[in-house]
Parts: sequence; structure tokens; C-alpha cells
Amino acid sequence: MLNIKGLKVDLEEEDKSILKGVDLEVNAGEVHAIMGPNGSGKSTLSYVLSGKDGYKVMGGTATLDGADLLDMEPEERAAAGLFLAFQYPVEIPGVGNMTFLRTAVNAQRKARGQDELTAGEFLKEVRARAKDLKIDAEMLKRPVNVGFSGGEKKRNEILQMAMLEPKMCILDETDSGLDVDAMKLVADGVNALRSEGRAFLVITHYQRLLDHIKPDVVHIMSNGRIIKSGGPELALEVENNGYADLLAEAD
Amino acid sequence: MALPKPKQDATDARLGAVNVPDGPAWARAARTDAMDRTAAMGLPHRRDEYWKFTDPSALVAVDAAPADVLDDDDALFSGSGALTLVFVDGVFDADASDDLAGEGIEISRLADAQDLHWARDLYGALETAGQTPVERPLAALNTATATDGVLIRATGNVARPVCLRYRRSSDDADVVLHHVIRVETGAQVTLLETGSAAARLSTVTEVSVADGGTFHHVRQQGRDHQRRMNTHTFARIGAESTFKSFTLSLNGILTRNDCVIEILGDDAIAHVAGACVGDGDNFVHDDTIFITHDAVGCESRQVFKKVLRNGAVGVFQGKILVKQGAQKTDGYQISQSLLLDGDSQFLAKPELEIYADDVACSHGSTSGAISDEALFYLRSRGVPEKQATNLLTLAFLAEALEEIEDDALADDLRDRLAGWLDRHAG
Ligand SMILES: Nc1ncnc2c1ncn2[C@@H]1O[C@H](COP(=O)(O)OP(=O)(O)OP(=O)(O)O)[C@@H](O)[C@H]1O
Ligand SMILES: [Mg+2]
Repeated sequence: MLNIKGLKVDLEEEDKSILKGVDLEVNAGEVHAIMGPNGSGKSTLSYVLSGKDGYKVMGGTATLDGADLLDMEPEERAAAGLFLAFQYPVEIPGVGNMTFLRTAVNAQRKARGQDELTAGEFLKEVRARAKDLKIDAEMLKRPVNVGFSGGEKKRNEILQMAMLEPKMCILDETDSGLDVDAMKLVADGVNALRSEGRAFLVITHYQRLLDHIKPDVVHIMSNGRIIKSGGPELALEVENNGYADLLAEAD
Repeated sequence: MALPKPKQDATDARLGAVNVPDGPAWARAARTDAMDRTAAMGLPHRRDEYWKFTDPSALVAVDAAPADVLDDDDALFSGSGALTLVFVDGVFDADASDDLAGEGIEISRLADAQDLHWARDLYGALETAGQTPVERPLAALNTATATDGVLIRATGNVARPVCLRYRRSSDDADVVLHHVIRVETGAQVTLLETGSAAARLSTVTEVSVADGGTFHHVRQQGRDHQRRMNTHTFARIGAESTFKSFTLSLNGILTRNDCVIEILGDDAIAHVAGACVGDGDNFVHDDTIFITHDAVGCESRQVFKKVLRNGAVGVFQGKILVKQGAQKTDGYQISQSLLLDGDSQFLAKPELEIYADDVACSHGSTSGAISDEALFYLRSRGVPEKQATNLLTLAFLAEALEEIEDDALADDLRDRLAGWLDRHAG
């Protein structure tokens, strides 16, 4: 589904290379985890895949079901089924969460040639999904993420994911800032979405989330490269021993 | 004191070309007086303190520059059930208007006013009072030369709003309208205004709100692209009264809205707000607001938001004057612009002048662009760039629109803004 080959990315503003040749293949139905030290380029990878400004692709390719992601506008990538749960969800004063969600859902439907949801259909859907994530009606009415606690913001990301039903979901540290119960909620939300046709790329620092969302493959990223890939046991190794041995091994 | 020569020349030329219209004795007296005051003050010039940012010459010139007639739809506020008064090229059109009668309200035409009319105590009086400390000669010229307008006296709680609908048929209509509103003790009325009035429009609206009275004002200014206009609102409000005015402006070459409010009774509330969107380098929009607190425990708010693109210019000059003894004043003023590109400009002159010691006044003025972060967030959810920009633009304007009390009216204006943004984005 997601196919990344030799992806090299520099910052646009300064001559600084962040991704130095990333190779990654995620198949439909799979869950992959990426772990790695702070600053290794995990968020950068997720931003570049979703089309954020400020980066220069210096080489390599990234495709989603064969379509060249790097050639698309961010909204086209979303309509093609890519979703990024942000490490730092953005606050948008003046735009109600409901309006935001409905605009997004209908924009994607429109881009895919589907009919827009009526207000009634949308409301029913959003209420059901919000309930699963214990997001109350009041939070839906508030401006997007404004005044939300860290954990509420992360749950709001998962709500968006549930509403948009993307096929390739990238979760950037969705677990950080979540209490134990919220972590369980979010994991349940993700697991409920797991299906044959959908894949997940979960960026995390902690084994705990991976207890709930069992990954098929775990990758270690360091200094702009995937230095090692393996099964779930790799995450346990990081949890127990840190990155030192892995980094030394790679050198 | 002699006027500077350019000002004197421009004033002589304009005053030489206008007539003081006939009417009942009180109107004639007010007009003659206003003409004398205009001559003494001289018409505004770019060098005047409150015209530094906006060139008044098109408003002062003898002839109005023509402006193409826009086929403006008349649908705005049509769901409000308002009593509608229509002015075509500045002349009241009785056939197109509703009957000038309603529960708790007296309405007449300035052109028909008789000798013993309640408006004789107000016509030109609030305008005159509003000439200090800052002179507003275009308002005096309006008092001197207006032939038509509406005189509204609310004596009860008037459920049905009054809507002034302006229409134009000629591309060079140079229109002067003067309205007087008197809200009696405990009475309440809502005034709506919409439509394209003229190639060049001058309006003065004098509003007197007695103790416990409520005046709500919501207007949309003509959307025709080439029009020029200056409006003056002079309000004097009493104890425990409420005055709220909101203006939406789209398009136009030049718009100058002056609002002068004097709060004379304790525990009164005065809110003035506006949203404007301008596209193009011949768009200038100027809000000049002057609120004087001369009573205890009053609240005033000025909330102005401007969206500017392609070289459009926005101006805000706002003052809160708190007189000695006006304790417990709560004054708030915010003016903000959203610059959609690097060519547009926002010029602001926020002022506080406070002579009482127990007051809470705050003011702020900002200029900013669309947040890249927010824009990317929306786009990453599948919202196309243009639509995302419009959503963020409406969000920026939301704080001003929230000043409108009536949700249905606010929705009308929001729809109009959304339509404008759809047409202009890109
Ligand atoms: N816009 C930017 N300007 C300057 N430096 C940047 C920018 N974006 C990323 N970087 C740098 O690129 C490197 C990778 O950052 P990135 O956010 O991708 O790391 P990360 O792996 O997600 O880290 P963390 O685990 O702390 O979230 C860091 O050194 C960071 O400082
Ligand atoms: Mg990160």
C-alpha cells in the first residue's frame, strides 16, 4: 500500500538533510511501528508524506497504491486515503469542531465523486464515533482543539480518523500525553478500524501502545534512516535497553 | 481663523455648488446653521489629523465620480419580516415601501416633516454635538443639504425591525440622506440597512436612546464596486440603555464610517462592530469610532475585523474617551486585519484617553496572515486550499459577527460573506 524508496529530504530554508534515504513498505492489513530517538526524522517523514511545506525532496519516491504521493497536494493525498494523526494537533480558533469535521468529510467525499452527507447523516455518524472515544457533545461544539487538554486533542485526532476512514493511517505519537485509560480508548479506536484494506504506521516511543495495537513490523529510525526492522520483539528490546546497542550495531 | 488655501478652495467650490433645501422652519434653521458651520470648518483634507490614512477628496469634490450600477439582489434580511422602506437614488419610494405605520412606532419622511415634528429637537443637534473634540465637516454638510431620510420614533417595544433598502438606477447618483431615530424611555427598535444607494453616498444617522431604551442596528453597505460613501452615526444614550451597531462592508472604492457615541447615563452599553472584506488596490475602508464615557458603570466595545487582499487598504481609528467621574467604565477595543497577501495594508490608530481612575479599558490592534499551520491541518484532512482559506477567513471574522445579537441576521451576513469569499478566493 505505502511504498517508500530511498526518500531523501532536506529542509527548504536551510541546507540541512533530515531524511537520508528511507525505505519502507507497508502492505494492506498491516500495522507497522516506527521507533527512534528524538530528532531522528520520524515526524518529518510523516509530514513529507502528507505534503507539508518547508521540505525539499532530494531523491527517492513515495507511493500510495502506486500513485505518486509526492506529486499531490495535501488535500489530494487525503482524498487518496492518507491520514496523519498529528504529534501536535493544531488549534483553530473560530472554526467549530463539528464544522471542521463535516467540511473535511464532505470535501473528501466530493473529491471521490460521492454524495455529500446530509447534516442528519453526519450528525448521527459523528455522535456514534465520538461516544466510542468518550468525546462529549460540548467538545464537538468548541473550536477545533482550542482549550483541549493534550489527551483530548489526541482523541480528537482519532475521531477525525474514524470519520474519514482513510486507508493509510499514520499516527505520530498519538499515545504521548494520554493517560492509561485514554490510551486504551485510542487503541480500541485504532483496532476497530483495522481491516484487510487498511494499514497503519504508528510512530511511538513506548512499548505500551504496542501492547494494545500489535504491530506486524517494528522499524527503528535513526538519523534519517531506518536502521533496523523486525518483529514486535524489537520494541521490547528498545523498551528494555534503549537505543545504544541498536545504534552501535548499525554503525 | 483662516483655512489653508487648498481647503478653502475645495470648500468654496463644493458649497458654491449645493443648495440649502426648503422645509419647515426648524429644518431650515438647522440647515442654514449647518451650512455656516461647514463653511467655518472647511471640508476635510488629507492633512487633517483624522484623514491622514484616507484621502477624502472624492467625498469633497463638487461632482461625484460615476459608478456602474450593480444588479444587487434584494434578498438580504428578507426573512426578518421587517417593515421595509425603499429609497431609489436617494428618494423615498412610497409605492415600493410598506406603510409607514407600526405598533409602538412613528415613522415619517424627512421630506414630509411638518413644523411641529418631534425630530426638530434632534435634527442636526447630535451632529453638532459630535463636532467636538474632532470636527466632522462632511456630517455638517449632510445636515445642511439632505432632502430625504427617515424619522423614526420608537415608543414601545417594536417587534418588527425597520429595514431601509437602498436601490440605484443611475450611475451618477450623488445622494445625501439624513435619518433621525428617537428611542423613548424603555422602548426598543431594530434598524436594518442594505443595498446600493448611490455612486456617492453621504448618510448621517442621529440616534437618541432614552433611559432604558434599546437600539439595534445591523447594516450591509452597498456591494457595488465603484461606489464611494461616507456615513456618520451620532448617538447619545441614556442610563441603562443599549446601543449596538454592526456594519458589513463588501466592495466599494471608498468607505468611511464614522461613529460617534456619547454615553450620558449610568450603566449603559454601547457596542460598535464591523467586518469588511476588500479585494483590489482601489479599495479603501475606514472605520473611525469615537466613544465618550460620561457616566458611571458603562460598558463599551469596539470590534472591527478587516480582510484585505490584492492591495486593499483598511483603516481603523478608534478612541475611547473616559471623562472625569466616569468611574467603573469597562471599555474594550480591538481592531484586526487579515492580510491575504503582501500588497494589502492595515493602518490603525487606537486611542485611549482616560480622566477617571477606577476604569478597566483595553485595546489591541493586530495584522496577520492566514496561519500556515492551520491551513495545512485543514488540507491534510482533505479540505482544498481555497475552501480552507475561506473557512479560516470566516473564522477570523467570527468574533465581529458574534457582536450581532440576532442569530438569524448574523447568519444572513455570514452567508453573504461566504458567498463573497467563494467568488473572490484564488
Ligand atoms: N522546520 C524545521 N526547522 C529546523 N529544523 C527542523 C525542522 N523540521 C525538522 N527539523 C529538524 O529535523 C530533525 C528531525 O525532526 P523530527 O521532528 O522529524 O524528529 P522526530 O523523530 O519526530 O523527533 P521526536 O521523537 O522528538 O518527535 C530534528 O533535528 C529537527 O530539529
Ligand atoms: Mg516527532
